[in-house]
Amino acid sequence: MQVTLNIKRFNPESEQPFPYEEEFNVEVEEHFTVLDSLIKVREEIDESLTLRCSCRASICGSCSMRVQGHAKLACKTKIIEVMDSEKRIKIEPMTNQPVVKDLVVDMKLFWDKIRDVRPWLQPEGPEPENEYIASNEAMIHLTGVMGCIMCGACVSDCTVLEVDNNFLGPAALAKAYRFVGDPRDGASKDRLKELSKYSGIWDCTRCYECVEVCPKGVAPMERIMVLRDKAIVAGFDGNYGARHTEAFSSLVEHSGWLDELRMIPKTFGMFNPLSLGPLMGMIPVGLRAFRRGKMPPIFHKSIPGVKNVRRIFKKLEARK
Amino acid sequence: MAVYEHDVLVVGAGLAGMRATIAAISSGANAAMITKVHPVRSHSNAAQGGINAALTSRGDTWDDHALATVKGSDYLGDQDAIEVMCSEAGDTLIELEHMGVIFNRDDDGRLGTRRFGGQSVARTFFVADITGQALLHVLYEQIIKSEARIYEEWFVTSLVMIDGQCRGVVALELMTGQIHLIKAKAVILATGGCGRVYEPSTNGLIVTGDGIAMAYRAGATLMDMEMIQYHPTTLKGNGVLMTEAARGEGAYLLNSEGDRFMEKYAPNMMELASRDVVSRAEQTEINEGRGVDGCVLLDLRHLGREVIETKLSYINEVALDFVNVNLAEQPVPIRPGCHYIMGGIKTDVDGVTSIPGLYAAGECANVSVHGGNRLGANSLLDTIVFGRRSGLAATAYAKEIGESRVPESVIDVDVQYIKTLMSRESSNDSWAKIRREMGDSMNEHVAVFRNEEGMQAGLKNIIKLKERFSRLEVKDHSEVFNTSLLFTLELGYMLDLAESICVSALSRKESRGAHFRIDMPERDDKNWLKHTTVHISPDGPKIDYLPVVITQWEPQVRSY
Repeated sequence: MQVTLNIKRFNPESEQPFPYEEEFNVEVEEHFTVLDSLIKVREEIDESLTLRCSCRASICGSCSMRVQGHAKLACKTKIIEVMDSEKRIKIEPMTNQPVVKDLVVDMKLFWDKIRDVRPWLQPEGPEPENEYIASNEAMIHLTGVMGCIMCGACVSDCTVLEVDNNFLGPAALAKAYRFVGDPRDGASKDRLKELSKYSGIWDCTRCYECVEVCPKGVAPMERIMVLRDKAIVAGFDGNYGARHTEAFSSLVEHSGWLDELRMIPKTFGMFNPLSLGPLMGMIPVGLRAFRRGKMPPIFHKSIPGVKNVRRIFKKLEARK
Repeated sequence: MAVYEHDVLVVGAGLAGMRATIAAISSGANAAMITKVHPVRSHSNAAQGGINAALTSRGDTWDDHALATVKGSDYLGDQDAIEVMCSEAGDTLIELEHMGVIFNRDDDGRLGTRRFGGQSVARTFFVADITGQALLHVLYEQIIKSEARIYEEWFVTSLVMIDGQCRGVVALELMTGQIHLIKAKAVILATGGCGRVYEPSTNGLIVTGDGIAMAYRAGATLMDMEMIQYHPTTLKGNGVLMTEAARGEGAYLLNSEGDRFMEKYAPNMMELASRDVVSRAEQTEINEGRGVDGCVLLDLRHLGREVIETKLSYINEVALDFVNVNLAEQPVPIRPGCHYIMGGIKTDVDGVTSIPGLYAAGECANVSVHGGNRLGANSLLDTIVFGRRSGLAATAYAKEIGESRVPESVIDVDVQYIKTLMSRESSNDSWAKIRREMGDSMNEHVAVFRNEEGMQAGLKNIIKLKERFSRLEVKDHSEVFNTSLLFTLELGYMLDLAESICVSALSRKESRGAHFRIDMPERDDKNWLKHTTVHISPDGPKIDYLPVVITQWEPQVRSY
């Protein structure tokens, strides 16, 4: 079958170094992956088409790119599963990272962030003579995160990194989780403290993109959420993110639904001098909401079944 | 021109390279790594099943592991080297665990084991079926911690030789296309195997034998290059690896009649006989008409969903992705495929090669611990044990050796060669065509079953391809990330190795390990209990022989 690849290309050495799209018609077999088709172009049509790839079996993490608008591993993506009704496939380099040439991006930012989480085991106390004793469940659980092949797909499609590249991002935070969750690591508390700062776990907007695009089922966002829980339990609850979470649940527990008006001061801290700026910054938002009739009610009524809501909370608390 | 200089320079950043770098740094050397891909892209990733070690703390004995390895090697492995590897295995394993490898555990929380081919007891330690990846990423964590300098995506074009000593490398920086000189008192090659000389292969596209070839060109001795391992279970179609751990956990091999055919070939060990034996058995079944579409079947159904999903999750994913088979419900078609080279740069147990200042470790080296056939899960052990030892030995050497003047003009030859490649007349030929023809020819003529006529034809093909290569131009003339140039340089390396493999194979007039000749099907200890060596000469590859080191295990009839 013949398919059309619309490849976004970039040659930094051309006289007009701008990205452009080039169309390639390739004959493919039914079992072909996107990578197979790109290799075919490179070997038979245009030797200058540039991409990274090696293992062809979703373990080396080299061939991440955007396919039909989402980051994917080219070697794990079957042509027939992604082509449109006209048998076209749009292929672009990953985003959130500068393009070097064609489908090759510079992953320096990615690796810098991995380095930032101090990604090595920091055990406490003297080393045992033999292995550390740890439960198989704990190790199998960590295998889910160690399955990360550092392909960069999650970083490419992270909607927070798109607006703020200070964010540690899904891959580095999943890597951090691998140590916080490791029973042999003795630095979990320090790690959680660091991760609770600006650019850490509280900057995730829970958009789910990283979970969607991860080719290995690492589910970075879900790891970030567990890190948040662990950070609060460890006592790192003095930041906006943790207070926002606390405020959210205590307000819902109180009235059965969210009291948006009280959410803001509770998050920022009513008597915190540092929160004066952010609180003042909310005033224009409030005014605009008022003008459009979207101001939350000043007197917030509880819902009729609020007792049941409180019972749910109690049960959940007891489970902890 | 920027000057780069180190005590120890490690070429390659897989398991052996990273372990060597860590050893060199921790013993005080200014050590750096140079690698054509980012370290975690290295092909050590693809090792699935596990790492062997006899833990004396739980009653296992290393000499039993050593004996299994000697027998697995078909008595071609050097027994002194095998003793070193197996006796250091326990400490090596514990060290990896302490670094942070998340090995699977038993019910008591201690390291868990699984069975593997050629071993009498379960002594293979593992992380699901991603052991290589789990080790590679943990070693990279240690590299980050060490703050080692990494020349990332730099491709070594040649070794710098001054007065017969290796004094550094010349390398192409992919991002810029510039050629650099990196001086070093000692160079450790840890560039992996050359599986891509064959097509298909379980190996990644980057596994092009660069280090073996650059050492060969610099005059180093290669050894046992004819010993190419065909892995018994590679996926139909693209040739991706299906771990031996499947059989270690109890999977069956079935022919078209539904029989567990290994009964005929290895009645005691069955599916867990050594890889050369199982691959030959499969190929025999296929050749005699009991295959299924050029394959036999690997059947995991009786293992149950839980074992498949927790211990073999990666191959489950691969089977679903590539052949749409759910391992819990259907057998998967597999066949023998090129996987590993037992041969390589001849070294001693400290990575010392025949060139002063040049060391080698991992698959590119031949210590020799694998001889005629490597046992599963011995390769990860090999990389860590001998990576560490070569890092220490190279550091000691670098501390002793004096400075030497290395003129910057040593890069001129490579600069000129690349210019020549770029300026050749355009043709219809391409690196891809030559590479494919080389791979097909090797897979046809120097594979599981060999004979004189076939190997001669194979050698002839390679010589013709080398001629074509000598006229081949690089079509992309750009400087930034020119993969067309990169693949052409790699192909040059591979053709040299293909030739040395053919010549070595032709020289061995017997069958041993992975080298099975249908025209000479017997092992001949009287005349051929010896290593073949090959080195470069103006008249082409020159063959010689070295004795096998035997310490305590006399050759026996080998049956499983």
